[in-house]
Amino acid sequence: MSKSEEVTDAKFDEMVLKAKTPVLVDFWAPWCGPCKMIEPIVEALAGEYEGKVSFMRMNVDDSPNTAQQYGVMSIPTLMVFKNGQPVSNIVGFRPKPELSKVLDKALAGG
Amino acid sequence: MAGPKKNKYDVIIIGGGPAGLSAGIYTARARLSTLLIEKGGIGGQIINSEMVENYPGFTNGIGGIDLTQAMHQQATKFGMETIYDEVTGIKVAGKQKTVTTAQGKFTATAVIIAGGAVRQKLGVPGEAEFTGKGVSYCATCDGAFFRDKTVAVVGGGNAATTEALELTKFAKKVVIIHRRNELRATQIMQERVKSHPKIKISWDTVVLEILGDKAVEKLKLQNVKTKKETLLPVSGVFVSVGSQPATGYLKGVLKLDAVGAIVTDEKLEAGVPGIFATGDIRSGSIRQVVSAAGDGAVAAVNAGKYISE
Repeated sequence: MSKSEEVTDAKFDEMVLKAKTPVLVDFWAPWCGPCKMIEPIVEALAGEYEGKVSFMRMNVDDSPNTAQQYGVMSIPTLMVFKNGQPVSNIVGFRPKPELSKVLDKALAGG
Repeated sequence: MAGPKKNKYDVIIIGGGPAGLSAGIYTARARLSTLLIEKGGIGGQIINSEMVENYPGFTNGIGGIDLTQAMHQQATKFGMETIYDEVTGIKVAGKQKTVTTAQGKFTATAVIIAGGAVRQKLGVPGEAEFTGKGVSYCATCDGAFFRDKTVAVVGGGNAATTEALELTKFAKKVVIIHRRNELRATQIMQERVKSHPKIKISWDTVVLEILGDKAVEKLKLQNVKTKKETLLPVSGVFVSVGSQPATGYLKGVLKLDAVGAIVTDEKLEAGVPGIFATGDIRSGSIRQVVSAAGDGAVAAVNAGKYISE
């Protein structure tokens, strides 16, 4: 059972930009190996940060517009949004402790 | 991602690519307690390949990530445990080896090092700045962002030619930038890139700088023979200039060759009884999934013999 929700271009405004809590958006595509590699790590984080950070996955193949708008040209890209603004942009595979630090910083107000 | 069940194992495997996973299938199936320590995620370098065409048994090829995820499930089924942590050192005290990680200490009788190699960077101005903004290390992942654009691939080996061909699915033009006047890739890959209408090869050429405003716009190139500099307008640059064995923590512990790969004997033992090296981290490796998997089996069987001696 996935802890991340799927988000599309059409729902991005409502589900991410207007969200009350910080949102981590995982930009991915079915053909991307490193995206599958990072998936279990993002899932584990979604469990640990439940209630504090929302986790969304955006398939750039189905929803190319948001990725383009935020200049995503490489996947996986993980972006953290807070109050409608991107506050972190992580390109490529990163180990879990590094991702935890980014989320803690977003929660602390950074 | 639960923690390990204990601190003492028969075998510790370092690295979750094809070499380590294959070793794990063999040791776990031989009823040796096995811990796999992986610093990132399961799969190794091959996850960047959308289709592995030369792994025996798959007539139509298999995705790199699909192959390694299946190997991981297979080893796990036989009882291998996995933790995600970075190894920082190995200490040897007779038959007992202590593996230190960022978060703990584990002991084992045999250690199989399968840490692979890390992709080398170009090391030119603009590379770090534009990573994710046109500089990429994975054509399979990012090719679709460059639909109808011109892109460059830097390198001349199998990985570079594979990336160039992958990119022709999307880009209108692909320029291979190679510092020599011949490719190192296998004959079949050379034939494919040389005959492809979308691919142009820029011989004897190196990248001096990656230029742009918010994203990559052009490359400053230099011909190594004439020293002439040129600008090449591109929207993306895919770096595929080889890899480096991940042996930083092993200097002074094991014998390494000139490029930092681990020297082994015919048992794949690394000069210290009970420590084995497999796959791309081993000196003389041909850097293929099938040979990495083969190495894993050889090391696993010899580790088993060493443990029961």
